[in-house]
Amino acid sequence: MIYLQLLWAFFKIGALTFGGGLAMLPLIEDEVLSHGWIDRELLVNFIAVAESTPGPIAVNLSTYVGSEVGGFFGALCATLGVVTPSFIIILIVARCYEKFKENKIVKGCMSGLKPCVVGLIGAAAVSVFCTVFIPDGFKLSLFSEIGTYTSLGIFAAALFMSHKKLHPIFVVCFSAIAGIAFGYLL
Amino acid sequence: MKSKIRIWLGLFLSFLRIGAFTFGGGYAMIPLIQKEAVEKNKWVTDDDILEIVAIAESTPGPIAINAATFIGYRVGGILGAFFSTFGVVLPSFVIILLISHLLREFQEYRAFRYAFEGIRAGVLALIIKALFGMYKKCKKGLFAYIAMAASFILAAFFDVPVYFIIIGCALFGLVTSLLHKRRAEK
Repeated sequence: MIYLQLLWAFFKIGALTFGGGLAMLPLIEDEVLSHGWIDRELLVNFIAVAESTPGPIAVNLSTYVGSEVGGFFGALCATLGVVTPSFIIILIVARCYEKFKENKIVKGCMSGLKPCVVGLIGAAAVSVFCTVFIPDGFKLSLFSEIGTYTSLGIFAAALFMSHKKLHPIFVVCFSAIAGIAFGYLL
Repeated sequence: MKSKIRIWLGLFLSFLRIGAFTFGGGYAMIPLIQKEAVEKNKWVTDDDILEIVAIAESTPGPIAINAATFIGYRVGGILGAFFSTFGVVLPSFVIILLISHLLREFQEYRAFRYAFEGIRAGVLALIIKALFGMYKKCKKGLFAYIAMAASFILAAFFDVPVYFIIIGCALFGLVTSLLHKRRAEK
């Protein structure tokens, strides 16, 4: 039952993502790739779309994966799944948030979760790096392929742009135009 | 009853606007939430917004959803929370459904493939940027570095499910902070 699987997968993702947006990436990767729902390349493509369309990145990604796997109802289940844990937890916290803020257990867990998210996003970066630069496994011929260098160039320029605090939309648009230009010229 | 319906409708429409007009997710949404909920409708105060951000960061799930649910609940009870969350998710859902359809149509075009080859390199830059942002915000210390390194290595090079890593780090943080406290008390 694909709808139930989507609902449950995204429920888990929603319940265990701390920090929003891209912090969700490692979890989504884990679920989506282990189920074989979509491939790595498509997922990376879609991170770009999720960053350049309005709304929460997490909701955008969930809706997309859901719709790719199970059409309209798949999208509905994935989005419902990712939103529900937040909704329930906030309803509980909103009743007693003075206590929640000072709670030792919450603080203790958060002290472990924050560095954990950094490590996990690092791991996601490695996997995206592999998708971009060594899509078919490592070969020495990669060093003589022109695509490696154009990707490297676009990556460096994009890194510089986001370092200069340009909005992700511009970074994505720039990368798209550069990708098309290199594709036709070379 | 009539005034309640007006509040629910107001929440729904405000969060619909917030969901439809913010690009880049969570944090990009805070200024608009502040404008709608504080300046325009006086539902909450500026201090509340700071609280809400702090709570949204230490509870799981997308920050935008957490904030919408929290404000909705404070202003209009459980149904208020429901309408706010529904409002903030709806634009994403509709837009992404349309786009995922379009992406499938365009997949065959060469220019489209070139564009996404460039975009994937750009996405890597965006992820690395997010990684550094998270790293800067994280409290440093021996414990934090261990948690960071362990979760990175386990997620990047071993097939450990991300859930285990997250739950493990939370427990690790909880135990060390409790031990630390006990030692400080002695």
